[in-house]
Amino acid sequence: MSRVDAAAGKGSLNTKDGVSRAVVAVLAWVLALGLLVAPVVLVFAEALRHGGAAALASFSDPDAWSAIRLTLVMTVLAVAINTAFGILAAWLVTKYRFSGRGVLLAMIELPLSISPVVAGLAWVLLFGLQGWFGPTLARWHVDIVFAPPGILLATLFVTFPYVTRTLTPLLEAQGAQAEEAASVLGAGMWSTLWRVTLPGAASALASGVLLTTARALGEFGAVSVVSGHIPGLTETMPLHIETLYNGYQSVAAFSMAALLALFAILIVALRGLAGGRRPIEDGLA
Amino acid sequence: MPVDIGRRGALAGGLALGAAGLLARPTPAQAATMLLNVSYDPTRELYAEIDRAFMADWARAHGGEVVMVRTSNGGSGAQARSVLDGAPADVVTLGLGYDIDMLAAHGLLAHDWQLRLPHQSTPFSSTIVFLVRHGNPKKIHDWGDLIRSDVSVVTPNPKTSGGARWNFLAAWGWAARQPGASAQSAQDYMKALFARVPVLDTGARGATNSFVQRGMGDVLVAWEDEALLAVRDIGNGAFDLVRPSISVLAEPPVAVVDRNVQAHGTQAQAEGFVRFLYTPAAQEIGAKHYFRPSDQAVAARHADVLPPIDTFDISSFGGWSAAQAKFFADGGVFDQIYTPH
Repeated sequence: MSRVDAAAGKGSLNTKDGVSRAVVAVLAWVLALGLLVAPVVLVFAEALRHGGAAALASFSDPDAWSAIRLTLVMTVLAVAINTAFGILAAWLVTKYRFSGRGVLLAMIELPLSISPVVAGLAWVLLFGLQGWFGPTLARWHVDIVFAPPGILLATLFVTFPYVTRTLTPLLEAQGAQAEEAASVLGAGMWSTLWRVTLPGAASALASGVLLTTARALGEFGAVSVVSGHIPGLTETMPLHIETLYNGYQSVAAFSMAALLALFAILIVALRGLAGGRRPIEDGLA
Repeated sequence: MPVDIGRRGALAGGLALGAAGLLARPTPAQAATMLLNVSYDPTRELYAEIDRAFMADWARAHGGEVVMVRTSNGGSGAQARSVLDGAPADVVTLGLGYDIDMLAAHGLLAHDWQLRLPHQSTPFSSTIVFLVRHGNPKKIHDWGDLIRSDVSVVTPNPKTSGGARWNFLAAWGWAARQPGASAQSAQDYMKALFARVPVLDTGARGATNSFVQRGMGDVLVAWEDEALLAVRDIGNGAFDLVRPSISVLAEPPVAVVDRNVQAHGTQAQAEGFVRFLYTPAAQEIGAKHYFRPSDQAVAARHADVLPPIDTFDISSFGGWSAAQAKFFADGGVFDQIYTPH
């Protein structure tokens, strides 16, 4: 028996079970093709409706480049910050026991349950001109909301949990023995983290980083609230797509959407390479 | 050591915010004066062209000085809210005077802003008309037809959209001018009208997209400029324009945001921009995009596309403050007649 047969045979105690499994598989494929693949294909079809040249020409607009650049810079910054934070948070909550650990874990998950629009509004309430710190910041000529720093804050908020959430179950499962051994052998805290903990969790970490990247690239709601929608300055790719669509620039809108979809496909592929379907990551995001 | 981590985190965060802030600075190639025009929804095409014309005009008159105008578009109320919260608008060109009054009430510009420019600071006016499917299959000719049970009406949300408030006032004004009309009969008409509205979009362009691109509804109550754009430029003959017997003179005003231009050092350019809107060149651009020019000579040249129609204006409602309080404030007439369904 090949490995595939063995895997398939494990649960199929009778043929009825096999039939229902086939039905479920077909259903899953139909749903995936209809709900996930078809819209992406349509995006590309709409972008190329007037030919590849027209689609490419839409990127010659400086506002389009500005949106792409802003999106990429915000994504790199958000991923860097949230990866650093995510590693530390996952490490703290799995390798140490301290008071308030449960609260910290719950807080890290908060952005998954709060509507992004509410998150954006919260930043406006804090840093907007009518908000708590807005008038003071205005006196110092510091722009937070309606400027890139606000977009970064909004992106950080919505992408906050992913690295921690992918790392925590794995680190939890690893236990603390390796770290304790390292400590006994004289390794400090940082070298234990770098040389012992992280190498064992590389693929989970990569997965978390890629999830963070995907969400940062595509975030609309929270960014929309703090952006001010200034083309060429504070519009990220998702916001620029909306602006183009509302301006009846359908080809340009779908071309930008296609580019964003390409980024997403790239991330999915990288995630597959990075170790893909570990059962431990199931149920995330 | 959590304290150490916290300090490093704060440092990293501060650096990242600083880096993000640097991105807001224009690169040397664009190191021109920037003007931000925060505008309402249907002016995208209008200001795209006016901005370019103004930049060329300003450079000609000021020894090549480059002024870069950027325009942000959205529902008028939402846009005003952004400016109130700190969006760095040098100029606001919003859907109705009330939204700019609100900025004045918070000290962003002088209370008498509307007296600073000709025609109540309204370089272009518009009115409210109907957009119907080609051939007008539901035979919609006047406001009375909108409450027929076989008609589905698309109009945006008056709470967030300036255009929607003009739509509301246009309908109310018609109802209040019918023989034997009273405030109660007008209110009954509005209730019947909004019972025909399946969903309220947040802005005028969103409502147009619902009608034009998503095929919702039998009639779109819309800015005349928005409707003409759909009929003549994007609709491919799929839509007809219907002008009702009477409508509202919709006046979307413009203003320089005093506090922001002082902070940005852009007062001269911002004032140059709003004055430019009254020049024959800009008035022609306005007419081309189906806004009614305040310059009568330009208006006469475009009377075939923008024929004179019977209108009443906001003063017949006692001005925007009174209209806002009566119709659109929390608990006002709109809240009383509208139940989402």
